[in-house]
Amino acid sequence: MTDLAVKMKNVNKWYGQFHVLRDVNLDVKKQEKIVICGPSGSGKSTLIRCINRLEEHQEGDIIVNGTELTNDLKKIDEIRKDVGMVFQHFNLFPHLTILENCTLAPIWVKKMPKAEAEAIAMKYLERVRIPEQANKFPGQLSGGQQQRVAIARSLCMNPETMLFDEPTSALDPEMIKEVLEVMVDLANEGMTMLCVTHEMNFARQVADRVIFMDQGQIIEENEPEAFFSNPQHERTKLFLSQIL
Amino acid sequence: MSEYFIRSTMLDAKQAPKSNVGIVGWLQKNVFSSPLNIILTVVGLFVSYMTIKALADFVFFNAVFDATNGQECRPADGEPGGACWSFIQVFFKQYVYGRYPTEELWRPDIVFILGAALLIPLLIPKAPFKAVNSFLFFVIYPFLTLILLSGGDFVITGFFIPFIDLFGKTQGNFIFELSIVTALICAAIYFFGKSVGEDMKSTMLSIVVVAVIIAVIGLMLSSNFGLEVIETDIWGGFLVTLVVAITGIVLSLPIGIILALGRQSKLPVIKFLCVVFIEFWRGVPLITILFMAQNMIPLFLPEGGEAVDNLLRALIGVTLFASAYMAEVVRGGLQALPKGQYEGAQSLGLTYWQMMVKIILPQALKHVIPGIVNTFIGLFKDTTLVYIVGIFDLLGTVKATIENPEWIFPLQAMTGYVFVAFVFFIFCFGMSRYSIFMERHLHTGHSR
Amino acid sequence: MSSPQNSFSLRKIVYDPKIRGLFFQTILFALLLYFFYSIITNTVENLQSRGIPIGFGFLDNASGFPVSFKLISYITSDSNAKLILVGLLNTLFVAVLGIITATILGLIFGVMRLSKNSIISAIATVYIEVLRNIPLLVQILLLYYGVLKTLPLAKDSLSFLGIFFANIKGISVPTISFGSAETPFIISIIVALIIMVALRLWSRKRQEKTGQQFPATKIGFAILIGLPLLILIASGWPVEVSIPELGRFSLKGGMTISPEFIALYLALSIYTSAFIAETVRAGIMSVSHGQTEASDSLGLPRNKTLNLIIIPQALRVIIPPLTSQYLNLTKNSSLAVAIGYTDLFASAGGVLNITGQALELIAITMTFYLLFSLLTSMFMNWYNSRIKLVER
Repeated sequence: MTDLAVKMKNVNKWYGQFHVLRDVNLDVKKQEKIVICGPSGSGKSTLIRCINRLEEHQEGDIIVNGTELTNDLKKIDEIRKDVGMVFQHFNLFPHLTILENCTLAPIWVKKMPKAEAEAIAMKYLERVRIPEQANKFPGQLSGGQQQRVAIARSLCMNPETMLFDEPTSALDPEMIKEVLEVMVDLANEGMTMLCVTHEMNFARQVADRVIFMDQGQIIEENEPEAFFSNPQHERTKLFLSQIL
Repeated sequence: MSEYFIRSTMLDAKQAPKSNVGIVGWLQKNVFSSPLNIILTVVGLFVSYMTIKALADFVFFNAVFDATNGQECRPADGEPGGACWSFIQVFFKQYVYGRYPTEELWRPDIVFILGAALLIPLLIPKAPFKAVNSFLFFVIYPFLTLILLSGGDFVITGFFIPFIDLFGKTQGNFIFELSIVTALICAAIYFFGKSVGEDMKSTMLSIVVVAVIIAVIGLMLSSNFGLEVIETDIWGGFLVTLVVAITGIVLSLPIGIILALGRQSKLPVIKFLCVVFIEFWRGVPLITILFMAQNMIPLFLPEGGEAVDNLLRALIGVTLFASAYMAEVVRGGLQALPKGQYEGAQSLGLTYWQMMVKIILPQALKHVIPGIVNTFIGLFKDTTLVYIVGIFDLLGTVKATIENPEWIFPLQAMTGYVFVAFVFFIFCFGMSRYSIFMERHLHTGHSR
Repeated sequence: MSSPQNSFSLRKIVYDPKIRGLFFQTILFALLLYFFYSIITNTVENLQSRGIPIGFGFLDNASGFPVSFKLISYITSDSNAKLILVGLLNTLFVAVLGIITATILGLIFGVMRLSKNSIISAIATVYIEVLRNIPLLVQILLLYYGVLKTLPLAKDSLSFLGIFFANIKGISVPTISFGSAETPFIISIIVALIIMVALRLWSRKRQEKTGQQFPATKIGFAILIGLPLLILIASGWPVEVSIPELGRFSLKGGMTISPEFIALYLALSIYTSAFIAETVRAGIMSVSHGQTEASDSLGLPRNKTLNLIIIPQALRVIIPPLTSQYLNLTKNSSLAVAIGYTDLFASAGGVLNITGQALELIAITMTFYLLFSLLTSMFMNWYNSRIKLVER
């Protein structure tokens, strides 16, 4: 149990009357990299947002790093310290500098002294290859740069698991590559990753498993090569034919 | 490979659990989600109940509907009183028309009905003939109203321009004479000008058309249509409220547009003048403007200036005030337009005025319709201030009847002002709902 | 006609933008000069024929105008200038108090409007919509003539908790005086405020160095309340409370607040609070939900998210229209003239009735209001330039 990063058992979620997640079962091992794909409305974003409680599930169990996800605020905060998230629209804090964006959580949640937090922030900004932008504001950066900052910001909390919700969907084509490169580096260093994305090359390069979702349920899972070259389910075949 | 999952049967959607939807779900979310929420809900329900009960008691349960004088409006000893609606009923005609003579009431009635008939199609986005409709409502209707309500037969002699008597018949009507002279000059240029370009000619033609219209209006204003002349200090009540508000908004729109354009102008004198004008009228309270108009307009005019109508002075003040606010609203619309519109029009070789009239203003004005409606709502509320300078709008008329000796009872003031508040609330709330509706409607037309 | 560049033909006026601009501006300027010239000559003529003097000499004359609510000492034989000063102070007084009250109420109802609790948000919606759509003057008259002037005579005063009394003369409240300890009390408050600021600076520095957090705000407020209390106890508790007491015909003791002030203050506050509530709501809603999600996913607790992320961004959107509302409230205070509260405008009006010198008095009042407007827009420009989000 404790070497599972995430365990989801019979998870059901409704938005009002709409049954958005139907009996989802998923085990994510530590250091495993999973890519989730599917048509819009399939529930894939909702799935990963349930993991850090940005969305609430009504039925079933979600256990993250051994801690069960319930309405207990303390447990939720603990889980959020260990799980980082990168959003489609970056969600950087526009009124703070890049450096302040990254040091905010370490200072206020982990109670780190400012100098230490800044050192860690600079380390990760170097990792994502934009240390020179530290004192600029998000509005002054390009989309690709902002997303890399968002990744660095999450890394500053030293999470064990990273969730990515369509991280490159809002970027211009020429900037997608720089963000994917950072994500590949991250994967190679052993981070547990759940990534909702349409970038199939990234899936091929990095994923241990590719999961296809439709209508709120997992339709097919497989290793990337097998998944792309030999899809089994009808819906998987249909979806792949539309995007490849 | 076989350790991986492949779904065999698709799952159907299941019913959401009871606690998520319906009444139970609503209760969970709103009332029971935390102890604080429960307390807030209870307190909220209690406060609402007390307020609604007090209001209902006053307006209905303790109210008197059949009194014939103030004494009968009083509650029995020891009982809480309510509104005395008979008081309102008795004076209702005054509240609508002021002291307008009963035999002539058909004239304000025509004004009301015609106004509604012209305004309602204008407000419905899908109704056709908007250009004609607008012309009728914004240009013809005001003068019609003026003649109908006041009786026409104005004496229009020049104040600043020396007296020209051209045709003897026009009795020194300087509006008529000025416009005819302008029309003749421009027509001459149009027909006989040799080195004058095409667009100059079309401008001359437009000026001729406008001048002729103004001449006709001037002639109409000074003609006698056999209507009894009713002085403006006899007008009162809701009629005056509407006259002030609508005049304010109708006149302030063109003035506001010109001011907004002037404020954006590159010509320093024009820009400076417009900025000073706008900031001045926006920076002082309306009541001081009304006082200024009332006291200083007679001083500014040569002998005979006191004869200037009280209502007219207030209208001038209100118009100046509203124009400054309207200018800012239009400016917001102009600034919201992307620069590309200006550049596109200029690169096509359009002149400044062509660009403004055909490209920029139509788009900018659409953007600001909600802003215009909001300004109108504000203006409508502000008309209540005119009673302080002696003009009997709805509030002023009600206030005057509150001193009527036959109808004195403790809750007299309360009854009267609650009535006024109610009338204003209906109109202003309705207009703001319309504004929101228009905003949404325009947005769907604009969203990409 | 020789070549177009050299000759000054009529065409130039129409087609050369520079010349055309100059031409129009000159004409406009000339027209304006003529306009102002005629106005000025007419005015001088009219004033002379009515025997009204021109000039500010009247400011030294005795006013003869009684004022019931005043913040400084004033009697009817004081000069007109002093009367206007009394009015100005009254305007500022009701405006400042009104602004504070309206802001607090507006914040409360704005946040209530956003509540997920349908009942709470419905109450806030009704409050906002009703108050926004009824003219301020009607609300003032309702409060004054409808409520306050229908209160019973002093001998039949309504009482609340036995220490507050309401009657047709106003509302009487108990007053507290600190006798000999008054000056130390005030000093202790100032000292406590200084300590609060110092504490915040110290705790911030400490957090930067060691990462540890300190409840500076809570302790600061405790000191603000505790220190003055300590001073009072140390001085032997010279606290005297004057509670209004119902005599045979009137109330003795305490302080009576005039109904004119109450009506104006209350109406201004609740009317403006409805607009402020909408401004607050728009400001909070303008912060995109993604900001909260990012903050949550970083593990920040709710109150820190509010303080560090939501409120700074919301304030940027709230403050400019908020200052407009403050200015509106100040201008609206001139409606005091409808109920006999002697504000700036009413005092000038009083002098106008006696001296007839409309020009000078209107100029004085307008100047003050324009000053308020100018200060407000200067502040707004300064604030906007300081907190502008830096973008490329």
